[in-house]
Amino acid sequence: MRLKKNIATSEEGFIFNPATGDSFSTNDIGADIISLLKEEKPNQVIIDTICTKYDVDQNQFEKDLDDYFCQLKEYTILE
Amino acid sequence: MEKQLKNTGSSGRKIIVIAVTALNAIDSPGPGVAVIRAIRECHDYEVRIIGLSYESLEPGLYMHDIVDKTYQIPYPSSGTDTLMARIMHIHEIEHIDLIIPNFDAELFNFIKLKDKLRDLGIRTFLPELAQFEARDKIKLYEFGKKHGLTMPRDIIIHQAKDLAEAAERIGYPMVVKGKFYDAIIANTLEHAQKAFYKIQAKWGLPIIVQEFINGTEINIAALGDGEGNAISIIPMRKLYITDKGKAWAGITLDDSSFIMLARKFVKVTNWRGGCELEIMQTADGKPYIMEVNPRFPAWIYLTAAAGQNQPAALVKMALGEKVEPFTDYEVGKIFIRYAWDLITDIREFQKISGTGEL
Repeated sequence: MRLKKNIATSEEGFIFNPATGDSFSTNDIGADIISLLKEEKPNQVIIDTICTKYDVDQNQFEKDLDDYFCQLKEYTILE
Repeated sequence: MEKQLKNTGSSGRKIIVIAVTALNAIDSPGPGVAVIRAIRECHDYEVRIIGLSYESLEPGLYMHDIVDKTYQIPYPSSGTDTLMARIMHIHEIEHIDLIIPNFDAELFNFIKLKDKLRDLGIRTFLPELAQFEARDKIKLYEFGKKHGLTMPRDIIIHQAKDLAEAAERIGYPMVVKGKFYDAIIANTLEHAQKAFYKIQAKWGLPIIVQEFINGTEINIAALGDGEGNAISIIPMRKLYITDKGKAWAGITLDDSSFIMLARKFVKVTNWRGGCELEIMQTADGKPYIMEVNPRFPAWIYLTAAAGQNQPAALVKMALGEKVEPFTDYEVGKIFIRYAWDLITDIREFQKISGTGEL
């Protein structure tokens, strides 16, 4: 998954899409995922990093990550 | 001393006298105050701003840091001769270098007077009459078809009984629009008939029945040099819309498709001056031009804030300077309009009401 070009993000989890003018806030985990997407990390690295940093079940997280990607796609943040 | 003040500024440079209309900075604002604010922000010249008003309570009249002196002018319906006589009187006193009209309804008269004004030494930077009329609401669909621009389908009608046939061709929901202003979305024939009579009573005939386009509302402020070049294009998305459909907040966007669309419009029309394209972008990304306003929009100061001062560039071009097209602007720049109670004195109101000057 890749973030669209020009998507602006902050460490606090603020996401701005300059093509549409939409802005969003995400929680800490969401902000970490966005940060890893910006670094173009593959999905497995995202899963490993988040599951190491936070106390989450990997199966549950993979499912949640899919949902999160769907949301990001819907808001035209992902390519 | 007064004469000297009119001719040269504190830097010794000649003061450019610019007359500006549309000082009605109200909830459905005219662009005048924003145009002046942008012009004053440019330090390449010094200006004296002459406000041209229609009503005694246009807020811009009382903003003395914005407008140096105001004169009332006759309503557009009075015709060009009356307007010209008034302008000549003001010109004798103020020695106007440039007039920037900002109301749709007055543009026709100012365009007609362009040559006479030039003979007096008063410049304008307006579209030709043919350019102005081609983008008229009533001809917009044909205009789009001719130039390969996407516009919603429309049918011009003069009688309410023609609504049923229009609905058959366009389908529901459809938009019933006045020739100058107002638009009502109709879902049934009964609803459309009600809208027809309401708009006819206010704005007269004909009525435009237009295909309803669902999407995101985008506005583009553009400035053309009259030779097919777009000097500046700034797309903005409304973030907050009033019940009159006006932007109360908006943000500059980075989307090349809007820039290309506006550039194409300026090129095919050889547009001279400022304009605003009202765009509806559908879910699949298709931008429809809903309307073309032949003057700067009320949010024009955002162009200056984002790095492309369109009113200042217009002043320079009107004075004969060559202005290179802007290339960059700040994306994510936001304007938020606000209301402020300006306090004035009955003497000021009395002066403008009684003498037509302030």
